[in-house]
Amino acid sequence: MGNPLETIGRTVFTQVQTMGRMAIFLGSTGFWAVLPPLRFRRIVGQVNFIGVKSSSIILLTAAFSGMVLGLQGYYTLRKFGSEALLGPAVGLTLIRELGPVMSALMVAARAGSASAAEIGIMRITEQIDALEAMAVNPMKYLVVPKVMAGLIAIPLLTAIFDVVGIFGGYLIGVKMLGVGAGTYFSEMRNMVDMSDIWGGFLKSVSFGLIVTWVCTYKGFYTGYGAEGVGKATTEAVVLSSVMVLVWNYFMTAILF
Amino acid sequence: MIQLIDLRKSFERQQVLKGVNLIIPRGKVTAIIGRSGGGKSVLLKHLIGLIRPDSGQVLVDGTDLGRLRGKALDRVREKFGVLFQGCALFDSLTVFDNVAFPLREKTRLAESEIAKRTMQRLEAVGLADMPHKYPAELSGGMKKRAALARALIHDPEIILFDEPTTGLDPILLNSVHRLIVDAHKRFGFTAVVVSHDIPEIFDIAQTVAMLHDGVIVEHDSPGMIMASANPVVRQFITGAGNSQAGPE
Repeated sequence: MGNPLETIGRTVFTQVQTMGRMAIFLGSTGFWAVLPPLRFRRIVGQVNFIGVKSSSIILLTAAFSGMVLGLQGYYTLRKFGSEALLGPAVGLTLIRELGPVMSALMVAARAGSASAAEIGIMRITEQIDALEAMAVNPMKYLVVPKVMAGLIAIPLLTAIFDVVGIFGGYLIGVKMLGVGAGTYFSEMRNMVDMSDIWGGFLKSVSFGLIVTWVCTYKGFYTGYGAEGVGKATTEAVVLSSVMVLVWNYFMTAILF
Repeated sequence: MIQLIDLRKSFERQQVLKGVNLIIPRGKVTAIIGRSGGGKSVLLKHLIGLIRPDSGQVLVDGTDLGRLRGKALDRVREKFGVLFQGCALFDSLTVFDNVAFPLREKTRLAESEIAKRTMQRLEAVGLADMPHKYPAELSGGMKKRAALARALIHDPEIILFDEPTTGLDPILLNSVHRLIVDAHKRFGFTAVVVSHDIPEIFDIAQTVAMLHDGVIVEHDSPGMIMASANPVVRQFITGAGNSQAGPE
């Protein structure tokens, strides 16, 4: 057991070093993203992987999130005689908070973990070294397409999540619990305005960046062997999820 | 010609290279031998700038790699082909796409020309009948051959072989060595082969350098190395005794 001050100092130093390295990684990603060539086909491939292949899990979680919001919202609002506000409650909750956050968390769990593992395995099997040896920049080839795809796919998945969630709430609130269909949608239209949608969109874009940035970073700087890749994958999902939730608070405080 | 001048490299507190001086002549096969974990692969990665030295110089045709960044470094790297220890084939691409990769990424050749050259290289290494297989479907020897085809595809001036026969049985080992010799005769590149296959490596190399304890202790023709009176070299060649090993 060493000196406690030394241990604290070393921990702080390591954390600051990691944060600095992550910031440099992000800056480098931005730099290579704006340099030609665009690698359009690789970006489309990643949009397919991150976006299209995540759509079924998004549909499922969105439907049930909307349904549970319809259920809880109805019983809570009924206490105040305000069942008519179920539509806005479901809509605002989904558009402002749940849609962007849940979509980002689902992508982190499915595509983020896979991206970290893919890049990590490429690192430990010298495939990234091979890219560099062939004068192909691995940031440009591997990381930039994933980050660009995250910026495109997560806002689209969020939009799908919002729409499906609203219809999930409709199914429970209107079809099961008897709220008027016209009331559900007209009150929603009255109370949800463009700034809410814009705020949700900005959140989803920033979450897209966070998830792909953290997951590619963790894969790129993975430890040794299968254990290292496993650890990097776990850390990628945990850190990106925590960062999404923390950043969501600050975005909410600023935007709404 | 590649020249290493007083090359030093440490990882954390462990000094792996302690002042390597070596001249690798153009157009010849140079073998770097030494114990497993003695820093041979680290040395090889310095030659192409994958690892940067703490001090010292790597001169490729007179250009100091340590001073190069970005496109200037890429231009030097384009002179090289590398056959990595684990082959480093891209596991999501077929053999054909792996071999064609450098041409697709670094040239503007038409796809028909890329296909023609790729098939020529695959024929040269005896893999013409399996271009659509994935690396996971290949045996160890086939992977080495596919990796060699990829290293050769852009007609590099220099090819680095990082333990090309590790994990292969004696028949495959000889087959890979023969492949290197044949390719060298046919394409005339400068080859640097990191190996601890003694004495097989002496059959393919024209010069041999022995790395021990972070420095080159002997650099000469295979015949002179085999006749060396240096106890470290003798011990390594005859396999007698034991001493410490460090990281690769």
